[in-house]
Amino acid sequence: MDLVLVFAALMGLAMLTYVLLDGYDLGVGMLMPAASREEQELMVAAIAPYWDANETWLVLGIGLLLVAFPAAHGVILGALYLPVAAMLVGLMLRGVAFELRVKAQGWHRELWNWLFWAGSTLASFAQGLMLGRYVTGFDGSFGAWLFAIVVGAGLCGGYVLLGATWLVLRTSGPLQAKAVGWAKWGLLWVALGIAFVSAGTPLASETVRSRWFDFPRTAGLMVLPAATFAIGVWVWRVLGKSDSKPFAGAAAIFVLAFIGLAYSLFPYVVMDRLTIWDAAADRSALVFLGAGVLIVLPFIAGYTVYAYRVFRGKVHRAMYDH
Amino acid sequence: MDEALVLARVQFGLNIGFHILFPAINIGLAWILVWFRTRYERTRDEAWLRTYKLWVKVFALSFAMGVVSGVTMSFQFGTNWPGYMNKVGNIAGPLLAYEVLTAFFLEATFLGVMLFGMERVSGRMHVASTIIVALGTTLSAFWILALNSWMQTPAGHTPSANGLVAASWLAVIFNPSFPFRLAHMLLASGVTASFLVAGLSAWRLLAAPADPAARKTLVFGARLAAVLVPLQIFAGDQHGLNTLEHQPAKIAAIEALWRTERGAPLVLLALVDEAKKQNRFALEIPKAASLILAHRLDGEIKGLREFGNDHPPVMPVFTAFRVMVGTGVLMLVLAWGSQAWLRRPPRWLLWAFAAFTFSGWIATLAGWMVTEIGRQPWLVTGVLRTADAVGPAGGAKLGASLTAYVLTYTALLLAYMVTLTHMARKP
Repeated sequence: MDLVLVFAALMGLAMLTYVLLDGYDLGVGMLMPAASREEQELMVAAIAPYWDANETWLVLGIGLLLVAFPAAHGVILGALYLPVAAMLVGLMLRGVAFELRVKAQGWHRELWNWLFWAGSTLASFAQGLMLGRYVTGFDGSFGAWLFAIVVGAGLCGGYVLLGATWLVLRTSGPLQAKAVGWAKWGLLWVALGIAFVSAGTPLASETVRSRWFDFPRTAGLMVLPAATFAIGVWVWRVLGKSDSKPFAGAAAIFVLAFIGLAYSLFPYVVMDRLTIWDAAADRSALVFLGAGVLIVLPFIAGYTVYAYRVFRGKVHRAMYDH
Repeated sequence: MDEALVLARVQFGLNIGFHILFPAINIGLAWILVWFRTRYERTRDEAWLRTYKLWVKVFALSFAMGVVSGVTMSFQFGTNWPGYMNKVGNIAGPLLAYEVLTAFFLEATFLGVMLFGMERVSGRMHVASTIIVALGTTLSAFWILALNSWMQTPAGHTPSANGLVAASWLAVIFNPSFPFRLAHMLLASGVTASFLVAGLSAWRLLAAPADPAARKTLVFGARLAAVLVPLQIFAGDQHGLNTLEHQPAKIAAIEALWRTERGAPLVLLALVDEAKKQNRFALEIPKAASLILAHRLDGEIKGLREFGNDHPPVMPVFTAFRVMVGTGVLMLVLAWGSQAWLRRPPRWLLWAFAAFTFSGWIATLAGWMVTEIGRQPWLVTGVLRTADAVGPAGGAKLGASLTAYVLTYTALLLAYMVTLTHMARKP
């Protein structure tokens, strides 16, 4: 078995899990200004027990990049220096705001509420920007930057969709009705974003173009966008009728987009420059870590499911009385 | 040194210095919470429950601060020190990844149950969650100190085409300085947390002298400190002997000893002249350094001149060490001296504990400065120089992000300290 391939898959899985999990809580953070004061407390209660663990997937993803593909780690993080710094400042502000917004009073409280929103938005946009820069292989042209900005905005929409559908799942009554509306806006936003990115990526990268527009393979590949479109329509239709299906559908859209992205990139870990085998760490490191991952990951999955079960059901009141 | 190297070091040092403040509180506080929680489970005394619920808030806030600054660090390894990953990534990477896998997920997931699950899980499960979180914080320290110790006293590695690789993971993890450093850090956290508990309780008693829970926790914190501080002094001494064996240049810098001597004096205070490699206006105790370090009056201590220019900058290490030891001595005096008055603490004693609320931070930070600056000019002793690990990020990028970090950290630290003292004072 090719260990390098296994670690590439694991890293992809960690990143995808991160995007799905922290995506919904970042999305809820971005939606805060659209809600009333009481609704905001419920919204925070719907994500509070999870955000720490959700963010840990980012550390795992970056950790696996660092361990398994050290050569790529330096190149990628070096090239993304400023967006990474912006994302980290955003994540810091919102993470601490979780705690401080309930402990502060008066205008301090308003300030932390604002920082919670601003930090969530900054982190989401920066992540999209990083993705856009990454896909074009850190091309410095104006077009590539424009592309990255569009991806940044698109990812914000995606997270809003995840956040809104998460709220549909976890809340009831007027807040849930509001969340249905937010999810529809999020869905339109995502549709627009995916359309732009799908059209833009082949223009921005020759590698991607040749990979997707190579008949007759193209015909088979069109399953991906077709499925994405179908799920988008399905989510629109089940919104307001089902509690859980919209979130499942939103997650499925992310998974499909991720598969498309992985297909565009593979086997590169740095577009057009480093393949996963070029960048891979020494076998001794991969074996040592691989053993640990195999043993520990099932436990992590197990107690993550346990924690989600403990807090299943609708949130009814601000449970921030710890 | 060029500008980018200085900025990269300042930025990383700032971040890691900011980060360590919170684990330093949380490892100790997590176990203190286990105590509070199990006391409630056993006695069903509501006072223990209130105590637990108050301190769990402090823990949650500190934990959030630790998580966000820790996430930042995981990125800065790559952004600031790509040379580090190229050379020793095959060793450092897996150790960091094991920390994430075995500790971070555990802490973060069960923290949710611990904070919000009290009414949703059984009492036993809640106690278990509290213990698991404490275990997680300790495991996290285990892995990160294994890596840090390996950088100080590398062992178990062998060269290869991909930089260094591990020949024996056990030798890498249990490298010569690891047990000493781990004990020293865990005790540091215990001491920091006990002074925080005593200090915030004192703040509370200054505002509400009759609060019975605050009286309990003041006594608890002061007693715990009285036990842990002497243990820490012993562990620190053992750690020092270990450092003398493996990193003599660091010890020479700590003591500001330039010449190799038998019966070396203990330099209490001095103005260090790095250029001329000598001290001016030194206040010394004859033969004391040999006695402390070699446990013999005529023990030989290597001087800095033996290392050419391959020794750390002396003044910061020398000063930081004195700050650490000085703070430790004051902590010992307060912890032991206060015992007779704890039942009815007079106001001056409350003020003293209040002033020492964050004293553990000062000692911990000073200690880390001793050990990390003391490792220079090496990033990994004898293997990789700090100057060879720095990344290509230019001064402008580093300067801009450094400014953003400084502003964010200052604001967060202020908010943290104000919130804690505010929480202690409000009804």
